[in-house]
Amino acid sequence: MSRLEIASPKRARIVMEGLYKDLERRIESSPPGLCPVDMARAFLELCHAQTCGKCVPCRIGLGQLNNFIKDVLDGNATMETLEIMEQTALSIMESADCAIGYEAANMVYKGLIGYRDDYVEHIKNGRCTCTYNQPVPCVSLCPAHVDIPGYVALVGEGRYADAIRLIRKDNPFPTTCGFICEHPCEARCRRNMVDDSINIRGLKRVAADFAGEVEPPACAPSTGKKIAILGGGPGGLSAAYYLQLMGHQTTVYEMLPKLGGMLRYGIPNYRLPKERLDDDINAILKTGVEVKYGMKIGQDITIQELRDQYDAVLITIGASTDKKLGLEGEDAEGILSAVQFLRNVGKNEIMDLSGKEVAVIGGGNVSMDAVRTAKRLGAKKVSIVYRRRVADMTALPAEIEGAVAEGIELQTLKAPASIDVDENHHVKGIYVTPQMVSAIRDGRASIKPTGEDDIYIPCDVLIVAIGQNIETGHFEKAGIPVERGKIITKSTGTFENLPGVFAGGDCASGPASVIKAIAAAKVVAANIDEYLGYHHVISCDVEIPEARLDDRTPCGRVNLTEREACERVCDFEGVENCMTEKEAKQEASRCLRCDHFGYGIFKGGRETLW
Amino acid sequence: MVNLTIDGKAISVEENTTIMEAAAQNGIPIPKLCYLKGINEIAACRVCVVELEGKEKLITSCNNIAKDGMVIYTNSPKVRKHRRTTVELILSQHDCQCVTCSRSGNCSLQKVANDLNILEIPFKMQLEKQPWNKQFPLIRDSSKCIKCMRCVQVCEKVQGLGVWDVEGTGSRTTINVAGHRKIEDAACSLCGQCITHCPVGALSARDDTEKVWDAIADKDKIVVAQVAPAVRAAWGEELGFTQEEATVGKILDALKKIGADYVFDTTFSADLTIMEEGTEFLHRFTSGELKDRPMFTSCCPGWLRFIKSQFPHLVKQLSSAKSPQQMFGAVMKSYFAEKLGVAPEKIYTVSVMPCVAKKGEREMELFYQEYAGHDIDAVITTRELVKMIRSAHISPDTLEDIESDRPMQEGTGAGVIFGATGGVMEAALRTAYYLLKGENPPEDAFKAVRSQGFNENNGVQEAEFAIDDVKVRTAVVSGLGNARALLNKIDRGELHYDFVEVMACPGGCVGGGGQPIHDGEERAFERGKNLYDLDVRSEHRFSHENRDIQALYAEYFEKPESHKAHMLLHTEHRLEGF
Repeated sequence: MSRLEIASPKRARIVMEGLYKDLERRIESSPPGLCPVDMARAFLELCHAQTCGKCVPCRIGLGQLNNFIKDVLDGNATMETLEIMEQTALSIMESADCAIGYEAANMVYKGLIGYRDDYVEHIKNGRCTCTYNQPVPCVSLCPAHVDIPGYVALVGEGRYADAIRLIRKDNPFPTTCGFICEHPCEARCRRNMVDDSINIRGLKRVAADFAGEVEPPACAPSTGKKIAILGGGPGGLSAAYYLQLMGHQTTVYEMLPKLGGMLRYGIPNYRLPKERLDDDINAILKTGVEVKYGMKIGQDITIQELRDQYDAVLITIGASTDKKLGLEGEDAEGILSAVQFLRNVGKNEIMDLSGKEVAVIGGGNVSMDAVRTAKRLGAKKVSIVYRRRVADMTALPAEIEGAVAEGIELQTLKAPASIDVDENHHVKGIYVTPQMVSAIRDGRASIKPTGEDDIYIPCDVLIVAIGQNIETGHFEKAGIPVERGKIITKSTGTFENLPGVFAGGDCASGPASVIKAIAAAKVVAANIDEYLGYHHVISCDVEIPEARLDDRTPCGRVNLTEREACERVCDFEGVENCMTEKEAKQEASRCLRCDHFGYGIFKGGRETLW
Repeated sequence: MVNLTIDGKAISVEENTTIMEAAAQNGIPIPKLCYLKGINEIAACRVCVVELEGKEKLITSCNNIAKDGMVIYTNSPKVRKHRRTTVELILSQHDCQCVTCSRSGNCSLQKVANDLNILEIPFKMQLEKQPWNKQFPLIRDSSKCIKCMRCVQVCEKVQGLGVWDVEGTGSRTTINVAGHRKIEDAACSLCGQCITHCPVGALSARDDTEKVWDAIADKDKIVVAQVAPAVRAAWGEELGFTQEEATVGKILDALKKIGADYVFDTTFSADLTIMEEGTEFLHRFTSGELKDRPMFTSCCPGWLRFIKSQFPHLVKQLSSAKSPQQMFGAVMKSYFAEKLGVAPEKIYTVSVMPCVAKKGEREMELFYQEYAGHDIDAVITTRELVKMIRSAHISPDTLEDIESDRPMQEGTGAGVIFGATGGVMEAALRTAYYLLKGENPPEDAFKAVRSQGFNENNGVQEAEFAIDDVKVRTAVVSGLGNARALLNKIDRGELHYDFVEVMACPGGCVGGGGQPIHDGEERAFERGKNLYDLDVRSEHRFSHENRDIQALYAEYFEKPESHKAHMLLHTEHRLEGF
């Protein structure tokens, strides 16, 4: 007789494991705007099915909670029902034996508090407050609402130039975004329900790489209106592009020697090659944008002067000053902000870091840009010093992986405590306080000191990358509302008492992404046009291919490959390789065409103009 | 051309033809429910699925384009099986008490289910019950709604109002009044296009036939009925009459047989409307009042509800003339009552209309001497008229042509064309010309205001006429979405007219929300042609030549826009409650 046996999973178990994965992906691609009460019911049913059945609160209580939710949904509940639900949920939370019970009740409880108005609407009016009006997940999650199914289909047919034309209807930076967009569009891609999201950014890169030079559309007849745009970053240039197409004359005031803002002076060449950025900028300039370089607002020209000279003024100055650590000695030699450091490199003012040790403070994308740039400048050792864990970093996982592959050290759970400066007032190192992860607060793991002694990290250069601000002084003087380092506009990009002045992009939203700046540019361009008394529309006459009627058999996602780490750290050339045309065709064919199938064909599937 | 095979038949169709159209062109009708050409091609009901050779999944034929080399089966075992399941699922959430449904016998779901020989439903019945104000002229029965979305689309895309919308998500997704409003508070024009485009009985007009039966049964009431011009162009469709057989005389006979005491043709009061509105137009036109903004016609109650809720600042541009229905009601309770020597209270006025909004318009009050009530007491639609004829078990072939009662008997061809888009304008211009010049124009002088086809030129027909040195710029529009587009342009000063006719329903009253329903067909233009034929065949084609109208003025109103005419035949358009 054997005493023990090796467990081998049963068939049902194997299938179930697969279904759990399916469900995970399904939840991931959950469309926005669903009825939260109905979702609470659905979640609760799943939770209840997980119950082992031993304990009363979970075995019976979850079912009873579910009955209440159904009463709410079926119009059989009163306001009292909500009180009983809350008490029952609390009771289960505080008396269930294990997490299967108390966490399930907690989910219901959170909803009862968090979207009570929706419960009340159901009870009082038998209706839901939810609105399901953006049914194509990628389009609705793209801040600029680019017609993604449209251009993916065009790429699939090899019509790259048409894809670029279609993208430009909503985003005049197709090449730039093909390289560096954060691609929020991919997050809820319905293809997740089948296998994996579409590589949307990768396909945009394909369009940009294969299209060749694509002329911008013709501008509308001149209106004779003049618009000043402060700042030649993605927001300002996008607004300039659309305003030119509408027939207005824009003049961009740029303080730096070249256009592009953070795209040129923030994002390193290896992520976005400058000549590729120029592809976008040149197309924008072809619409007739005028540019005045070396002009700094408040110093060379004032808002009031611009208001006098132009029919409208748009502020898109971005967020280009840095946040400080607030430690003594921060002004020492060898300490600089990531903004400054990357801008210098962008200006070709190359620092030689050969043999030096570099520490970068911060865990965002800018930190990754800084460390990887420092590595390319020859630094002997480059470390990221971060207060929290890798999992808590705000940088995109791919950026962190890329940095690690290039030999960057990650010093996590170390909070900067003090700066060590030598007798020449040059940085020598930094003391950090060891931290341990602690309770979850607002959905994020907080940290607390472990109580151990501070650790010393020696460094020759210390780069601070803990966020950006805007230069607000002049704007405050000009009567533009500024709060917490941001310009405060209405959601239309306008100001209460300043007709003809608009603002958008990072300076109004705080540091965000390229695509958000572009989205804001669309808003202000439309509203400036309206303010000037016009109703120009931006559209694109590219015909979009019919949806394919293929069965949707599961197929892996094509990911972009990168150049070998040991090779790429030696130069500033692009890191990422594009797909082949064959790969692009396959990847594009994976698109489920939510503009044609599902709700999209009924409502909101395609906005052909704005 | 595209070559493909459908059900074993090699066929050839134009590029960009849907599979459904390709099949239909070749004698293969594919069953469908939600599909509405050009308006609702959203593949929601999944009834029109077909099998595409080589593919596992079925595809919908309504919104996918026929491609070269396709091999399609519209009725394979797989298609039949899935289509059947789908219809059974729809039936499981549809109140199948067909005998009590106003659409029984004219229901697309009933037909599809019957054709599939579905004799039982294997699923649990789940009927949705939403409360609804049954007093409102437009009724929605949620337990019959199959969520085809047609009402949402017609209201949004054709009528430009968006009264209906999808509500909620998941299994409880339903249709309701948009923006979480109640129907009474929504800007519903009551055009009834959602009713005539509903494939089932989920949307209907309030049934008022019982009120009429009650009035007939009431010995103290004198039931006086009128029949609108557009009714004659459509009522026969449900009774198996040809266009020629379906005369207004037979409707009058039917009403008499049903029990009405006096029967009249609304054409009479259409002529009266022309006298008042034509005169009003000339006054406003010559006084320069219409320099910036035109005068709008006021005989379509759907349009009145629309302008009051959507363009309230333009309400003052409306003609103050009441509609023919209301004018006739007022005349029946004053002039006619006096002729009969009875009190107005004894008169029960019934009108047979192609319209749902007329049920709302009748709420308008009438104060005349001691009388305080309504011009009109009950409004029934063309569909309700047919129901009453059936209910009275009148055999259609026994109906005879009878004349209207006296003294409001005559009606001209000008009055008849009120039922088609452009008709009011044309009739008004014929008489305005006469009023201006003292002589009749050639009968077809103003033909240019007629529509050239259903929804042709986005429902707008512009024309300009010179009467001596006077130039009159006119526009005619039907369909509220079209009207909105036109009004926006007028409002922005991009277009200038002197006189604009608006009809809420595409094609005018002939396409009204109270007319017989033919799923998937738009019959308005054909019905309109019938009215124009009747006009040509009329003895008189000018409203001012109507001898009974002349007598009415001579005996009672004195002249158009007299004090008495203003009291009875005109109204101030009030915004509240539109």
